[in-house]
Amino acid sequence: MLRYLIKRLLSTIPVLIGISLLLFFMLRMLPGDPAQVLAGQMASQEDIELIRHQLGLDRPIHVQYAFFFSRLARFDLGRSARTQNPVTEEIWARLPNTLLLAVVAITLACLFGIPAGIISAVRPYTWIDYVVTSIAIFGISMPVFWLGLMLVVVFSITLQWLPAGGTGTWKHVILPSFTLAAFVVAFIARMTRSSMIEVLSQDYTTTARSKGLKEQVVIIKHALKNALIPIITVVGLQFGLLLGGAVLTETVFAWPGLGRLIVDSILGRDYPVIQGAILVFGLLYILVNLVVDLLYAYVDPRIRYD
Amino acid sequence: MTETIQGTASQIRDRPAYSQIRRSWAKLTRNTAALFGGTLILIYVFTALLAPLLFPGNPSAPNLIKSLERPSLEHLLGTDELGRSIMGRIIYGSRVSLLIAVGVISVGLLIGVPLGLVSGYYRGKVDFGIQRVTDTMLAFPGFLLALALVAVLGVGLKNTVISIGISMVPIYIRLVRGCALSVREEVYVEAAKAVGTRDTVILLRHILPNVMVPITIQTSLGMGMAILFAAGLGFLGVGVQPPTPEWGTMLGSGRVYLFNSPHVATFPGIAIFLAVLGFNLLGDGLRDALDPRFKL
Repeated sequence: MLRYLIKRLLSTIPVLIGISLLLFFMLRMLPGDPAQVLAGQMASQEDIELIRHQLGLDRPIHVQYAFFFSRLARFDLGRSARTQNPVTEEIWARLPNTLLLAVVAITLACLFGIPAGIISAVRPYTWIDYVVTSIAIFGISMPVFWLGLMLVVVFSITLQWLPAGGTGTWKHVILPSFTLAAFVVAFIARMTRSSMIEVLSQDYTTTARSKGLKEQVVIIKHALKNALIPIITVVGLQFGLLLGGAVLTETVFAWPGLGRLIVDSILGRDYPVIQGAILVFGLLYILVNLVVDLLYAYVDPRIRYD
Repeated sequence: MTETIQGTASQIRDRPAYSQIRRSWAKLTRNTAALFGGTLILIYVFTALLAPLLFPGNPSAPNLIKSLERPSLEHLLGTDELGRSIMGRIIYGSRVSLLIAVGVISVGLLIGVPLGLVSGYYRGKVDFGIQRVTDTMLAFPGFLLALALVAVLGVGLKNTVISIGISMVPIYIRLVRGCALSVREEVYVEAAKAVGTRDTVILLRHILPNVMVPITIQTSLGMGMAILFAAGLGFLGVGVQPPTPEWGTMLGSGRVYLFNSPHVATFPGIAIFLAVLGFNLLGDGLRDALDPRFKL
């Protein structure tokens, strides 16, 4: 398992280098002087010169990249052009909120999506299957931000049960996390259904049934366990989608997370923060993929011995 | 002479490829959900084409006396904060959304398909280079990548299309590369190489036709995704800019009036939902009809 882990960790290095190159060239693609862009529009000429020297922008491009990479490795992301606070501070203040939302949403999505997919697969082409698949395709097609607004209209404005936005109590988490969960539950239900239908037609499922095992045992112990790999894959992929969706959901519910920070920074042309937030989103996505791969190896031991 | 023509026609009809297309078409037209999706798309296309007839007048012209009116016979879907007909803006918005969808898919196809073909056919260093770039792009969720690109390129219709289009490129590269990798091992490709056919001809005549099925399915699903992404960018205020009638931008500006005039945000959302649903249902139907094993 340790060998597998090391191999998998090493395989993320090219992607990390790729992300650093993407961020490096992102600033250089902007029209104008990168030092001016990083310093912000209100900066004095002295500030701009200082940043130019600090970042080595007066040196050859490969030296600039080496310098940039060494700063990234130390998580030195510079200062926000708007608030002048260190970017890492801004990100650390917002990251827990986004993670809370994402974890609650993915848990809710699994709690609803996996059982719905199983029910649909156990009774294929019946009314219940059609209901689940219809809800799933509706969920995939629905704009997450619109759903969020409609939930606000119903639960905050009309019924006045839940707050329309902000943070502080567990009540504030309900609407944003349900909105985010709706975004991914459909994918999880669809994948669970197709994976379970495939597994339920396998010989070992027939053998389990012919042994006289209870249908529940056949479904949970024999079928679901074998159908888990594609389900884990889609949950992992959806976690990434969820991070993208968080940008929109956080805007709808004025949730002070990383997604909201990135939008505010784009609108305020605060490039150091944009760079930092994109880096963190990329790292999170890589981390989730790593966890998914480790889960594969746990669920299916053949993978780690390959 | 007539017999010869009839003979040739029946030969063409009986060709395996022709009967495959007929079988797939029959399967697609039997799929109620796909037909519903196709009908939705046709309605949008006709709405976009006939917009000046369906809504005579300027959909962006403000009329402040009529601001935030609820749905009525005069304005079926009500008016927005500047007194503009929401119905008219949704009708003209279908033009913008379909234009974005077509533009995005064109960018994705024009960059992604050639790179995927080259990567899968040549393998080696070229493949390694292209795949590492693809890995990096896939390290970001598609919407975030589009958002990051908008941050660099700036807001507006053209940059929205380019940003979302580029965020779709890695999907096409992976899809086409996977197919090209298996097709390059086929005997007919080896035969073509053996008789000295140029690589470009092999790629275009022998490999490309074999990846058309997954490309077609992805294109339908991708159009829905493009509309959703563009609406998301518009909602955040970094996509298509007002006064251009774009559904996401309309929804974003309607958000402010949610408490007193929820209709301003409701109807553009329904328009986005039905358009994306149409493309998704058609995409699913195409997948079932053309290649049920294909999963996205």
